[in-house]
Amino acid sequence: MAAPSGFLNLDLLALSPPGWGGVLLAGFAASLQLAVGGFGLGLLIGIGGAFGKLYGGPILRDLLEVYTTVIRAVPELVLILLLYYAGTDAVNSLLMLVGLPRVDISGLAAGIFVIGVVQGAYSTEVLRGAIKAVPPGQIEAARAYGMSPFKTLRRITLPAMLPYAIPGLSNLWLIATKDTALLAVVGFSELTLVTRQAAGSTKAYMLFYCAAGVMYLTLTLVSNRVIAHIEKRARRGIAGPV
Amino acid sequence: MKHILKTAFAAAALATTAFTGAMAEEVKVGVAAEPYPPFTSPDSSGKWIGWEIEFMDAICAEAKLDCVVTPVAWDGIIPALTSGKIDMIIGSMSITEERLKTIDFSDKYYNTPTGIIGAKGDDFDATPEGLSGKIIGVQVSTIHADYAEKYFGEGAAEIKQYQTQDEANQDLAAGRLDAVQADAIALDAFLKSDAGACCELKGNVQDDPAILGAGVGVGLRKGDTELKDKVNAAIKAIRENGTYETFSKNWFDFDIYGG
Amino acid sequence: MSETKITMPAYVPPPPRRLLEPHRIFLLAVFAGIVFCAIWFLRWDWLPKYQWKLLHGIWETLFLLFSTAAVGFLLAIGLGLVQVTGPRPLAWLARGFCTLIRGTPLLLQLWLLYYGLGSVFAQYPEIRQSMFWPYLRQAWPYGFTALMLSFAAYEGEVMRGAFAGVPRGELEAARAFGMGRFTMFRRIWLPRAIYRALPTLSGETVLQLKSTPLVATITVVDVYAIISRVRQDTYLTYEPLLLLALIYMCLTGILVLLFRFLENRIPSRGA
Repeated sequence: MAAPSGFLNLDLLALSPPGWGGVLLAGFAASLQLAVGGFGLGLLIGIGGAFGKLYGGPILRDLLEVYTTVIRAVPELVLILLLYYAGTDAVNSLLMLVGLPRVDISGLAAGIFVIGVVQGAYSTEVLRGAIKAVPPGQIEAARAYGMSPFKTLRRITLPAMLPYAIPGLSNLWLIATKDTALLAVVGFSELTLVTRQAAGSTKAYMLFYCAAGVMYLTLTLVSNRVIAHIEKRARRGIAGPV
Repeated sequence: MKHILKTAFAAAALATTAFTGAMAEEVKVGVAAEPYPPFTSPDSSGKWIGWEIEFMDAICAEAKLDCVVTPVAWDGIIPALTSGKIDMIIGSMSITEERLKTIDFSDKYYNTPTGIIGAKGDDFDATPEGLSGKIIGVQVSTIHADYAEKYFGEGAAEIKQYQTQDEANQDLAAGRLDAVQADAIALDAFLKSDAGACCELKGNVQDDPAILGAGVGVGLRKGDTELKDKVNAAIKAIRENGTYETFSKNWFDFDIYGG
Repeated sequence: MSETKITMPAYVPPPPRRLLEPHRIFLLAVFAGIVFCAIWFLRWDWLPKYQWKLLHGIWETLFLLFSTAAVGFLLAIGLGLVQVTGPRPLAWLARGFCTLIRGTPLLLQLWLLYYGLGSVFAQYPEIRQSMFWPYLRQAWPYGFTALMLSFAAYEGEVMRGAFAGVPRGELEAARAFGMGRFTMFRRIWLPRAIYRALPTLSGETVLQLKSTPLVATITVVDVYAIISRVRQDTYLTYEPLLLLALIYMCLTGILVLLFRFLENRIPSRGA
């Protein structure tokens, strides 16, 4: 007689022990933190990268090209392993060379760094395309007014390129939320790993993996709604596709 | 009030213990993120429980260390130790020559033979001849993976390596594997559970100390002699004053320290 | 007023930039230096022992990639087409399927398929007598299915846009010529849609290559699994992962060149 660890034993999902729901939600919160942090860091790197590629010198442009090509050619799983183990090891070796004590890089910080670096390569391309789509006359007018480059960036370029960047960036956000699952392979306690632990302890594999799938799907659907709203507001005054 | 008490306790500890390491320092203890009942597994509130967790509490109390459980993926736990992410490994890691090249170990704190389990009704014994043509499951980065490759590699149909021992056991219950090789004590816990009702122990494999090691020890960085001495002293102390027996009785009805 | 003829020099366009500009040569020298240091100072003595296994793993990876891409693409054509033409319930089903697969991580889908079904097999031992059992027993059918469904869902979206974007006039002209529906599909709609979608498809196939390592977590032995073995046997941190990154970069490069060759074969109107 099979133990009641089958699919219908929803007690296992209860929020307080002996249900595993609380643990799953904590893992989901960790995944969200990772996704938000990684996406934000990726955006910052992307803005820097896009400007470097558009307005930088030849060496900077070539280096950025190498960066984006390598990140886009190597699987995220391998990049995560490289950056998580070798990256933190290299940072600590550098610090020891300089004479500073080794710093303890928390799992969350390492995970955000990893996802941020990967996202940065993709957002460089997205933002570069979006900035190129801004009518050049607006930027020339800003320069004619004597605005400093940073002021131009803040007041003209970034707001003007937003409607063109949103489809690409929204895609990157969805990719970020799903890439957090790969950190399960390095043992960081995000949703996929705690689901595997719960499933392994209770043997209710189907139930827990489906529950995690429902959580990810909810995140995707809510994100889609929010992004549609943001896009509608950002595209005020721009004619829609015919 | 709490602050005064803490300072008083620290001063007392400083005064009563030997020359170094009296103040409790935080020690990150790496455990495998994959559940390995009955030694380490997460319970439904997210806390880690198991025989090894109680062992860790006992030696940390004895050595006056502030131990923090830090789950790390099993196949990256040795790089995590050498790069400083964690300070000790308590994860049923056997002391082997190969591992001793990279890290150091404390004295052993338990020993387990290696067993092979298979489906009830499937008759074979735990020898290379008995396992020829079978599909064997082991966990990655373990002594069992090395042993199975060396002894059963030519004869077996396939040796599948799983990320966690749970998944290997699960696949045996599902019928995808013919045999699973792992620590006999952990396998015993699986066979006693509901999911293990399908299977039985076929026997223990022939010992090969070079691969299977000489017992389970606490993994430490090479050169970390201070911590190693503290841990060894703590292990000796809890064996002698009976703490080891007390908490082991909750989990096992025989002495797992081994010969 | 003196009549001075103002002659402007003829417009001379700037010379095209050569590949080997001075800064490029400098960067290539630095890169060669780094590669040389890597080969000299890091440990590579494990390579000869594993070379055949690595080649076998690369073969397994490429086999998985091309088989899942091919079968997934066929399914994607169906998914895309039914969303543009087909009966509403089927279109909703297709849409729901694409949303479901695109909304959850591939790793989760893999584990759900392999271990979730595994727990079903544990509860119902009768399945072992069925004729599918030899396939249900092994790991690669699950990896294949999960990768194939994932590719189909993403490509289904792309093909939907591609089918909807083929000009209606061409389809109507085909019908006016008396072509049957299937002939029109075969000769006009499908090829035109594929030409539109090819650049996106090349990007998506590279993404599929980058998804293949995940099957190593359900015991399928691809090149990532072999490198994991090397890591566990030698305890090295950098070298195996660097080699793996290099292998994937080469595979990606070959894929991109292959698709570029295909794109050049698309007939397009030249002047």
